[in-house]
Amino acid sequence: MSAFSHYLKPLFTVALAFLLVSVPAFAQEHEASSHGEELNVGDVIMNHVKDDHVWHFWDGHYGTLYLPVIVYSSERGLEIFSSRNLFDDHHNYVPYKGYRKEGSRIVHESGASVVDLSITKNVAMLFLNAALMLFVFLTVAGRYKKNPAKAPSGLQSFMEPVILFVRDEIVKPNIGPKYEKYLPYMLTLFFFILFGNLLGLLPGAANLTGNIAVTLTLAFFTFLITNFSGNRNYWSHIFWTPGVPLPLRIIILPVELIGVFTKPFALLIRLFAAITAGHIVILSLLCLAFVFRAYWVGGVASAFVVLISLIEILVAGIQAYVFTLFSSLYIGMAIEEHDHH
Amino acid sequence: MLFALLVDISYAIMGAGIGAGLAAIGAGIGIGRIGGSAMEAMARQPESANKLQGSMLIIAALVEVIALFAIVICFLISIREA
Repeated sequence: MSAFSHYLKPLFTVALAFLLVSVPAFAQEHEASSHGEELNVGDVIMNHVKDDHVWHFWDGHYGTLYLPVIVYSSERGLEIFSSRNLFDDHHNYVPYKGYRKEGSRIVHESGASVVDLSITKNVAMLFLNAALMLFVFLTVAGRYKKNPAKAPSGLQSFMEPVILFVRDEIVKPNIGPKYEKYLPYMLTLFFFILFGNLLGLLPGAANLTGNIAVTLTLAFFTFLITNFSGNRNYWSHIFWTPGVPLPLRIIILPVELIGVFTKPFALLIRLFAAITAGHIVILSLLCLAFVFRAYWVGGVASAFVVLISLIEILVAGIQAYVFTLFSSLYIGMAIEEHDHH
Repeated sequence: MLFALLVDISYAIMGAGIGAGLAAIGAGIGIGRIGGSAMEAMARQPESANKLQGSMLIIAALVEVIALFAIVICFLISIREA
């Protein structure tokens, strides 16, 4: 008896993990298989991974959240309406006030250029992420402010080791003595990416940090901070590398200039590729069961998906760590003062 | 004849499949080498096992991302319909 109860807890955990990842598969698949047609795996996966004006949770009348569409054009000004108007009852695109949804863009029938500022799925997810971060960190900070001498408890004791890890292992060794100026940005970056990655793994969630626009913005902030904090040493190393003969300096100049841009570019591509590819792998395995239409395939695929989801949780943490680490490395290189030879 | 081969989408999809396999080989070799050197270093000096494990995981994540990049491209090719 005691041997069985010893395994009860891990068994329960594994069963719970199975159930958690089986939920996303219930959704769209009903629509295609009930019509007796082949499931278009590519479409299902791309719809999950890309941004959209509606947030589709499950098939059914109440399963779709029609997010607001905000478009601005110089002829018609700012127009705000629910995206429900852009669909008819059979989920086909219909025009509304001249605006029509074409794929993931919104165009106006008169050909006027519209600026799409809608609250799309990823924007709503971003708001959710921001709200979660505000809640967590305002709670933790409030507890510290209220009673600084008390030992941490609850949410504090969960967050404190992570915050200290970011400060002591990532920011302090790489940025050096002036790290406190950059610490708020680094902490925000780390936790935004970490929470965004982890939230994206939940069923029904939007792929926030796998959106190239989001990672572009994060890399752009790092780019701005690196180059605005760059001191004389940094710029002189780029434009006029010391200790190198003159002809080589002319060659090194364009290489270094390109390097200024490729470093944040690598950050952006790394995060985007890791998170998006992770989602695509999980979704492909889930769709396998619907392509083969066999129960045993479903069972094996679900086991694989549990394993890969665990790896994805690890990848979520590692990608946040790597982004923050490289950002602090670049900033550290930009502000370091060392005595020249 | 060769041009007709190029325009036929099924060869592109076969290429995508081969590309995904090559990406897997690349990731396997890269991460295998990292793991191998980490194992060797840990065997030589067991006290440094924790530090090595941390670095190993991080570098494995970096190498893996490149392979995932190739996977994403192969996937995008394979869902094209001519």
